[in-house]
Amino acid sequence: MKIERITALFIALGIFIVAILALPIANIFFKQFAFDLTGFLSAITDQGVLKAVGLSCFSAFLAVLVTFVFGVPLAYLLARKDFRGKALIEGIIDLPMAIPHVVAGIMLLTVFGLSGLIGGPVSPFLRFEGALPGIVVAMLFVSAPFLINSAREGFQSVDPRLEKVARSLGATEWEAFRKVAFPLAFPQIFSGAIMSWARAISEFAAVIMLVGFFPMVAPGMIWSRFYSLGLYEGMRVAVILLLITLSVFVGLKYLQGRLYAEH
Amino acid sequence: MLSIRDLSKKWADFSLTNINLDVKEREYFTVLGPTGAGKTLMLELIAGFHRPDLGEIWINDKNITDLPPEQRKVGFVYQDYSLFPHLNVGENVEFGLRLKKIPKSETNKKIRHTMNLLGLTHLSKRLPKTLSGGEQQKVALARAIVLDPDVLLLDEPLSALDAQTQERLRKELKDLHERSGVTTIHVTHDHVEAILLGDRIGVLSDGKLIQVGAPDEIFRKPKWEFVAKFVGVENIFSGKSELKEGLARIDIGDALIEAVTQKEGKVKVCIRPEDILLSKRPIKSSGRNMLQGKITEISDRGTTVRLKVDVGRELVVIITKRSFLDMKLGIGSGVYAAFKASSVHVI
Repeated sequence: MKIERITALFIALGIFIVAILALPIANIFFKQFAFDLTGFLSAITDQGVLKAVGLSCFSAFLAVLVTFVFGVPLAYLLARKDFRGKALIEGIIDLPMAIPHVVAGIMLLTVFGLSGLIGGPVSPFLRFEGALPGIVVAMLFVSAPFLINSAREGFQSVDPRLEKVARSLGATEWEAFRKVAFPLAFPQIFSGAIMSWARAISEFAAVIMLVGFFPMVAPGMIWSRFYSLGLYEGMRVAVILLLITLSVFVGLKYLQGRLYAEH
Repeated sequence: MLSIRDLSKKWADFSLTNINLDVKEREYFTVLGPTGAGKTLMLELIAGFHRPDLGEIWINDKNITDLPPEQRKVGFVYQDYSLFPHLNVGENVEFGLRLKKIPKSETNKKIRHTMNLLGLTHLSKRLPKTLSGGEQQKVALARAIVLDPDVLLLDEPLSALDAQTQERLRKELKDLHERSGVTTIHVTHDHVEAILLGDRIGVLSDGKLIQVGAPDEIFRKPKWEFVAKFVGVENIFSGKSELKEGLARIDIGDALIEAVTQKEGKVKVCIRPEDILLSKRPIKSSGRNMLQGKITEISDRGTTVRLKVDVGRELVVIITKRSFLDMKLGIGSGVYAAFKASSVHVI
């Protein structure tokens, strides 16, 4: 079959960008498994590594959960209602994607640090520095925009008349949301949650600046091992994190594909 | 049954103004108007999707103006049917009944009855996206009427369908209304649809309900030039009317037209194109108006032919294809156009 010129051009351009993305991934796996398989095997049985990777996954999950509970209703409001200050709120939501994460870390420290605006007064009951809540807050700050924006687009793609019809059929506002808008927007909410989780798990700077190195998350451990023990020590943890993220990504994307197909 | 009193609502770029309407129990009421006249917004106000700025809506002597949509007992079918795409046909029809938390046996009985009524039983497990437009429309109707609404609101339910399906579903709508007896308000921009279905018609223009009446009244005796044009009166002339011997003689500039009216002074003369007879020779008939002219344009419409005749001004005439062929008419043919004084409506 003859490929048309524009299609050929697009394929060439696509291959270029895929190569840039795939090469470092392929290279790190190749280097790890071809030259340092024993090092990798020792790393995956290392309790410290497993703990750091597990903490990253768990904290990212909590950050997504909190964003889901508070962010999805906000996304619905942004999709459905017009109100004064809406543009400002949308700007605030997008901002964490645009600023360097060290800046995010400094901002978080001034609010949630031991002498921060919130962190100070609540420190007798709840600590953010050097504790799980700090990791979750830092991850949430940088990852929430992905879920909120995706959920908002999901709700925008649902025809408001479907909810109106649901109301005429006897559904309250909540029932129309729960039985119509939410299930229809769910594939995009789910997609946003995956992106949000991925962004959260990869966060380094904001976590380190607010929480410090302990409790240690996976990116922190990669940095610390690379810095103190060299490239291969850091790479082993990096490969484990990559494998987990990749598996979760592939699994969730498969689920997401099925969700879209159902709708 | 349904009573709308002084209803007004202002949006950023549109207003519905001072709507007053009474729809009787079991009546099929059609609202006719062009795109942008406010037909859907009027239905949405009745359904409770918007809160009016002024006025009241009553159903069965109960003021429902401040009730939320779910408490109004008003069924709604949108132009694109708005079926829930994530639910199959059965689940769509069942949606409202499940919310009511009535016993499963009763729910099933009602669903079976409604699906049978609309011939949907075999589609029960299908998703909306796999249905034809006509089938989707029936599902939307079933979903609304299964709840026994006090009022059924239909927002251009036939406009997205092909001509053949439209005709079939028009009959089915009428039939369904006769069997269910549900009071129905059906909005449309198609005057033929409004006339064929409606017990009465209301004409909506620019957010105002400008005329309400029986189909024949709207069709034959429009009160406004806008209504006349909208229901297919193609010959509208300005003139001056003088009463003489019980008839009005109206000078339209190029001709004198006789009409049965008591109106004097400046008037508009409306003559339906299908009320005009054409002949190659002067016609001896009870028609009191006869104008001589030449054919300037011919449009074949299948069973009818639409002609433009220059009688000093342009007169549009619709005759049957058979008459057209029998008279061997063509561009430039000289003809006489005759119409009765009683066929002339004066505004």
